Amino acid sequence: MRESGGGGGRRSALHAFVIKELRHIVRDRQTLTILLLLPLAMVVLFGFALRNDINDVRIAIVDASPDAATIALRNRLSGNPRFSIVTVARTTDVVEPLFRRGAADIAVVFPVGFGESLSCGTSTRLLLIGDASDPNTASMMAAYVNAVIASYAADRGVNRQSVQIVPQFRMRYNPTLESVNLFVPGLIALVLMLVTALMTAISLSREKERGTLEILLVSPLRPWQIIVGKVMPYLLLAFANVITALVAAWLVFHVPFRGSVVLLLGSSVLFAMVGLALGVLIAALTSSQRAAMLGAIVVTMLPNTLLSGLIFPISSLPGWLRPVTYLAPARWFIVIARGIMLKGVGMSYLWKEHVVLVVMLLLLFTAAVKSFKARLA
Amino acid sequence: MSAQPLVVDAVTKRFDATVALDQVSFDMRPAELFGLVGPDGAGKTTLFRILTTLLVPDSGSATVLGLDVVKDLWAIRARVGYMPGRFSLYPDLSVEENLRFFASVFGTSIDEGREMIEPIYNQLEPFKDRRAGALSGGMKQKLALCCALVHRPDILFLDEPTTGVDAVSRREFWDLLDTFKASGLSILVSTAYMDEATRCDRVALMQQGHVLAVDRPSVIAARYPHPLLAVHATERHALLRILRSYPHVASVYPFGDKLHYSDSRTDPGVDAIAAEVRSFLATQNVSGVRVEPIAPNIEDAFMELMGAPEKLIQAAA
Repeated sequence: MRESGGGGGRRSALHAFVIKELRHIVRDRQTLTILLLLPLAMVVLFGFALRNDINDVRIAIVDASPDAATIALRNRLSGNPRFSIVTVARTTDVVEPLFRRGAADIAVVFPVGFGESLSCGTSTRLLLIGDASDPNTASMMAAYVNAVIASYAADRGVNRQSVQIVPQFRMRYNPTLESVNLFVPGLIALVLMLVTALMTAISLSREKERGTLEILLVSPLRPWQIIVGKVMPYLLLAFANVITALVAAWLVFHVPFRGSVVLLLGSSVLFAMVGLALGVLIAALTSSQRAAMLGAIVVTMLPNTLLSGLIFPISSLPGWLRPVTYLAPARWFIVIARGIMLKGVGMSYLWKEHVVLVVMLLLLFTAAVKSFKARLA
Repeated sequence: MSAQPLVVDAVTKRFDATVALDQVSFDMRPAELFGLVGPDGAGKTTLFRILTTLLVPDSGSATVLGLDVVKDLWAIRARVGYMPGRFSLYPDLSVEENLRFFASVFGTSIDEGREMIEPIYNQLEPFKDRRAGALSGGMKQKLALCCALVHRPDILFLDEPTTGVDAVSRREFWDLLDTFKASGLSILVSTAYMDEATRCDRVALMQQGHVLAVDRPSVIAARYPHPLLAVHATERHALLRILRSYPHVASVYPFGDKLHYSDSRTDPGVDAIAAEVRSFLATQNVSGVRVEPIAPNIEDAFMELMGAPEKLIQAAA
């Protein structure tokens, strides 16, 4: 017998519950490993593979009457490390085959007498033809090329009207257009949702399926004790995940961190709690692990990736869908995280988003406790 | 406080169109080992869930330790031990961790519950660091019983505790129940095994939500109305068919490697009936025939009761 001291001693019910829950997590090595490495893997994968940055724009030049001005602009384009000139032709006939073969991304077509028009100060048009089979990429490439043309025009001291210029985009807080900076806050949101909502939903419904919940219900434990005991360890895990994601983003991609780390961690805990409440609610409403898992994916993962601005900018969604995004907790958290990390702003700018998350938390927690009955359904 | 550990009064529970329990009534005496006996679907689990405050009856009432199962939810939960039908411990926790967890949940500790669980814990202790999932079926049941007892409950609810457990472990488990009963614990246990029913002080025979009879197993067996024969032959299937064609047959059903044959007549003595059946089987060219009069057991009684539930509910009432 080795039952002295803590072995047989009395322990509070909640304390015992949290310890038991931590044991479940720690002993399921495979799941734990996946959960711990997930933020790292996602940051690296998203950072390297899914970035929207355009690095190699292949340009076809169509220059019917080469002169000093066209050659100067051509040199500027070819001198940019992001661009490569695949061909210089006299007529536009070459463009179509190049696009078809996928050998060029964009064509820059100079009008006849381009340099002459510029010198006289009369208006001239420059035609950009993009391969719009991938419209997002094409418009981004067009923007890149435009930027170069605009800077050439500016250097020549030509006013706007003379060379037709499409309105240019400016990324105020991400001047180098590094999409990884925008992705990291979104990834933190995604990982937090995954760990909190999905894992608690699975873990709670596992107790249902195993029948252990039946014993726990026939005990003096109150429903709130079961819920709190269940979610506390996942809150810890979520916290570890945020830190992993931040460190990975900083070490691998040098993502800036301009604001308060404490505020971001605090906001992450708030967001994690929303996810936990959602997970409990889903588990309370479903009757099997499988249903809980699918429910968690549909209710949390999909809206929080697709409707949160993580992958598609909210401004690019159709009008009727935009109000729906207000329901995705990640939409608000992403604004908070981007604000803190990239803009360095604090509570005075982000209080609205925090209020929304707090309200969501209260509503979801109340619903979770209500639907988690003290009896069987 | 009421001296009766359990009173069930006309409890009815429906799930949509199905009637799971229909006007179920019985009561338990202090320190009684009471059995709910019946096949799957008899309503035993539903009844357990009502008595452990997990479900609310549609009508009727029940008290556990004098406390109402609907109103006194939390008072009951602190004082009962419950072992649900499915194996319900955490397979990834060790024997000791499971036990300590359930002790803490009830605001107690292994040390404080030690005296109560001593008879089982002695058997479990050599395996206390083993994961519950790696235990044999019999040991799992003992651990579950231990967890249900560690907070020293006043009444124990065991829903089919021995289902899926080997014969030796089952006997050991029932020996343990005898031990706990002797220490004054009231135990309600359900089973689908008839041999286990005889180990209860009293049983309620249940079928499809009805209680067919409540009494001591021996009394229920003695109420069996027909002369009964155990019949053996080389070809059991043929024997079954031939016996069912016998004019005075009341019922024939397989029982182990034999058939139990009951006769619809009561006036000739059982030996005379045995002789008649023997000669009838001889005319039918059945080989290897052995016929002997036997005393009915509780399974015979249950088969009889199940055969005509409507008639017997009236008889019981």
